Amino acid sequence: MTDLIWLVVALPLVGAVVNLLFGKRIGEPVAGWFAFGTVAAAFLVAVEPVLTLARNSAEPSTHYLFSWIPILGVDAELLWDPLAAVLTMVVTGVGALIHLYSIGYMKGDERFPRFFAYLNLFIASMMILVLAANYAVMFVGWELVGLSSYLLISFWFTKPSAAAAGKKAFVVNRIGDWGFLVALMLIFAAFGTFDFETVFATAEGTLSVGMATAITLLLFVGAAGKSAQIPLYVWLPDAMEGPTPVSALIHAATMVTAGVFMMARSAVLFEMAPVTGGIVATVGVATALLAAVIAIAQTDIKRVLAYSTISQLGYMVLAIGAGAYTAGIFHLTTHAFFKALLFLGAGSVIHAMSGEQDMRKMGGLRKKMPITFITMAAAWLAISGVFPFSGFWSKDEILIATFHNGGFWYILWAVGMFVALLTAFYMTRLIVLTFMGSPRWSEGVHPHESPSSMTIPLIVLAFFTTTAGVFNTPFRLVFENFLRSSFEHVAHITESEWALIVGLAALTLVLVFVGIVFAWRRYSTDELPLEEDGWWSRALAGFGVDDFYGRVIVAPGKQIANAASSADATVIDGIAHGVAEGVRSAGTGLRPAQSGNVRGYAAMIAVASVLLIVVMVAFGGGF
Amino acid sequence: MPVLSILIALPFIGALIVSLLPRRRPEIVFPVALGVSLAPLAVVLYVLSEFPVGDPNIQFPEFHVVSETFGIAWQLGIDGISLFMVALTAILFPISIAASRSVTDKLKTYMVLLLLLEGAVLGVFLALDMIIFFAFFEIVLIPMYLLISMWGSENRRYASIKFVLFTATGSAFLLVGIVALAILAGDLVGTASSFNFAVMLQVPMSDTTQLWLFAAFGIAFAIKVPLFPFHTWLPDAHTEAPTAGSVILAGVLLKMGTYGLLRFNLMLFPDAVVDAAPVLGVLGVIGIVYGAAVAIVQPDVKRLIAYSSVSHMGFIVLGTFALTSQALEGALFLMISHGLTTGALFLLIGMIYERTHTRAIADYGGLAKVMPEYSGIFLFIIFASAGLPGLSGFVGEFMILIGTYLTMPVLAVIAGFGVILAAVYLLWAYERVFTGPTNPKLEGLKDLGFREIAIMVPLVVLIIGLGVYPKPVMERISPSVEIILERIEAETDYEVPTFGRAEDVAQVAEAGVGEGQG
Repeated sequence: MTDLIWLVVALPLVGAVVNLLFGKRIGEPVAGWFAFGTVAAAFLVAVEPVLTLARNSAEPSTHYLFSWIPILGVDAELLWDPLAAVLTMVVTGVGALIHLYSIGYMKGDERFPRFFAYLNLFIASMMILVLAANYAVMFVGWELVGLSSYLLISFWFTKPSAAAAGKKAFVVNRIGDWGFLVALMLIFAAFGTFDFETVFATAEGTLSVGMATAITLLLFVGAAGKSAQIPLYVWLPDAMEGPTPVSALIHAATMVTAGVFMMARSAVLFEMAPVTGGIVATVGVATALLAAVIAIAQTDIKRVLAYSTISQLGYMVLAIGAGAYTAGIFHLTTHAFFKALLFLGAGSVIHAMSGEQDMRKMGGLRKKMPITFITMAAAWLAISGVFPFSGFWSKDEILIATFHNGGFWYILWAVGMFVALLTAFYMTRLIVLTFMGSPRWSEGVHPHESPSSMTIPLIVLAFFTTTAGVFNTPFRLVFENFLRSSFEHVAHITESEWALIVGLAALTLVLVFVGIVFAWRRYSTDELPLEEDGWWSRALAGFGVDDFYGRVIVAPGKQIANAASSADATVIDGIAHGVAEGVRSAGTGLRPAQSGNVRGYAAMIAVASVLLIVVMVAFGGGF
Repeated sequence: MPVLSILIALPFIGALIVSLLPRRRPEIVFPVALGVSLAPLAVVLYVLSEFPVGDPNIQFPEFHVVSETFGIAWQLGIDGISLFMVALTAILFPISIAASRSVTDKLKTYMVLLLLLEGAVLGVFLALDMIIFFAFFEIVLIPMYLLISMWGSENRRYASIKFVLFTATGSAFLLVGIVALAILAGDLVGTASSFNFAVMLQVPMSDTTQLWLFAAFGIAFAIKVPLFPFHTWLPDAHTEAPTAGSVILAGVLLKMGTYGLLRFNLMLFPDAVVDAAPVLGVLGVIGIVYGAAVAIVQPDVKRLIAYSSVSHMGFIVLGTFALTSQALEGALFLMISHGLTTGALFLLIGMIYERTHTRAIADYGGLAKVMPEYSGIFLFIIFASAGLPGLSGFVGEFMILIGTYLTMPVLAVIAGFGVILAAVYLLWAYERVFTGPTNPKLEGLKDLGFREIAIMVPLVVLIIGLGVYPKPVMERISPSVEIILERIEAETDYEVPTFGRAEDVAQVAEAGVGEGQG
């Protein structure tokens, strides 16, 4: 079955094309079921190859499809290895559940089939990114997920804010893509190929440390765009304009982790550039902290989750910087479960509240929506890092690895610990404001539990959210062993003392407990605490970073463009007009008998000939 | 069989047929014109099918002496450099004619001019005698001038004269350059002059001579491209021209400039090329960034696309003078792709202009709600133009950027910004025209009809096809590109850096495969 791995790309692609061309005729809900079917089939196709990998001590294989750009030595080729396998399972698995959920969520939407066409296009693009066997094909997937993201964020395009958010996402991502693109230039100049196999096998002898640092920093610029890190994270909160399943699938579980995946894929190069590692980890921690602080003050349930995603991505990026690739991918996986669950749960809530997203107008929903409440509670405990939920294991691993690096890394570790506390706080705030206490609903809102097409995905995700930790507990390193061959050149054997592991874990749990208790006491009151003045409003507005970019980049950029535009009309075209005027008078002097354009033309030939001959004679040319 | 002569003659014959159509039957002008414009396409398909892979030689050569004394011959031929320019021409003309359904005023003259234009353009790409080339290069001006000045919009007189004056100025330099070179070539073969391109290639020239002749050719082609700072005629010409005029102008006529640089400047003056390459590279990059920046703030859709052309053509010039296999092939490939995508954009703008009679972005808003199919195709073309991977534009830009980095790293890195700016000007324009609440004036507009969709389908298919599987094009371009670089390496002390030649890449790939198996 491994030879059929291309089907994982092809099936959703076929779904996208069919729904794009014939969706209107297929109609609702068949278009949705069909789209779901292609992704579910892709998942099933991949199961057997995953098991084969696990059995055969994870021997990677490449699958040549066709020659793409011969002069760059780029083939359309897929690489099937444990790292790709993990992502394939996550993307098609979570993807299929979200397709299923969307059939209920998008019910009655005018452009129902189009939505599923785009969703399928996303899965196909993401699988190109994940399965690529070289950087060029990876870049194809990288850009195509950006396209799908654009299409889906601005899906409800009649809303100006949605259209603007889609554009912003694409443009900000393109800034990151510039870094990726320049990294590709450097890679080709150094290796003469983009092939992962060749690049990683020969990197040691080919790249200087300086060059490795340059390449990895540029790759990180790309990753910072896609994985929403400082300073390029600003597109992600706005991306919540898209339908909620999109936020769950693309802007939480899968696409935004592409940057983390790409860096993990390039582990060999990052290992050669310790300076990059420090920078990456620092940016990751800073992003985790900033986004967590902003998340605390958000009132829109989806924006809490958006900033939370940025914060959690910061953890993953920290893991990459710390060289803990397995931990990073592990957290990517658990986060995919619990964050998809949180978003789908939020979608279920929004659905029930007739579109209301302000948590201050919710409250008391636990009784009306028991399934949504219980499943979301599992995700809350997981993301907060409560033992034994999945997030506890994966976050802890990252923090331990950071601690283990020692020195300067202690600071990063300490900040990471503090962010764990903040995470517990803002997530508890979200759960309490939404589900606990008494209702604060607007008039005419009658909450109800969502249909089973929406609750089944919640339940499945809740199961993994709760249990996924078992894949990589310190006792049973299934995940680590499975991924070993993907990271064999860079194996960090972290043989920490048991006492240390347990001690650090205990410390984390204490912090998490503090965060939960604080938030619980603060928000489970009848009177909500007033969170509008001073610090809260600044944090709510994301500390004005968007405005700052508007003033410092967008506005001056437009001014420059306007200046260039008027210079084009006055200066450059002006010179052309001046020359034309000059020639016309010269022409009149030379041949007064003639008239019209012909005269000017003849004059030009005369002037040109004279110039050329004079110059050639003067410089002793070859005549 | 003189296939290429037939190819050039067909549009002229077509023009004659259309002009002889009876005045009483105006309704048959359109179908007949469309029909005759398909004839060259048929011949081109035959040429494509017969064109050998991996052969750098001139195919379908023809040689008929016109003047022994002056060394002039009716000399035609086709190679990897011209093959796809000819194909692009043969595809875009029938499409442009099909898009001219709404032209009613002097339709017959209009069609005759378009067909004459097609014949002349084909002549430009197929001629291997420099005076024949020059003649076609000039003939092109006349129908284009008339198309703009007779069927253009408000400011057409100014725009058409500006177009002629700019181009003719360049042509003056070109003519002098050609004659000078022909006299030198004549010395070589013992005639008064020789305009035979193959003979010209043998002419020994000092560095200075090369540089000045390079400049004479270069100015003419740079104006045609148009390369910054010679570009100001383009926005005016594009804005005022009728749809078919804009399509042909962007799709084919600009390519005459880059084609000239590639075939004549690179081949004839290798020393000058090596000396002047950084200058042209810098101008190319200025064009990329500057064109894109100016495009962002244009209030008129056609002007916006015109400036985006300046940006894209900058990429092509940069690729041409980066002097690596990747960048050169990329430049040629982007020429094809730009013809398709920008041609498609002008077609689409023409379709909406016929409905609303405005090109001002501010007059639109929320169009996607009213014309979903139109906006879907428009968005597709926008992404093709913005260089989205999987579509044709990316392949060319990517090869240019990677190939340019090998010789001019700083320029390649700056050119990369063009990719960001392209997203800005295209998506912002899309946002303002198509999204948000629908402008009430647009309510009730009819979405695309069958004819309009039929016009777009071939372009969409080609854009995807070339983006996903460019190899059939590449392997026909490649040999011709390689001999250009070989010649430059042989004639000068320039050496293409490691991995900058096709053979280097093949070597790495071979080694990589071996390793994979082991």
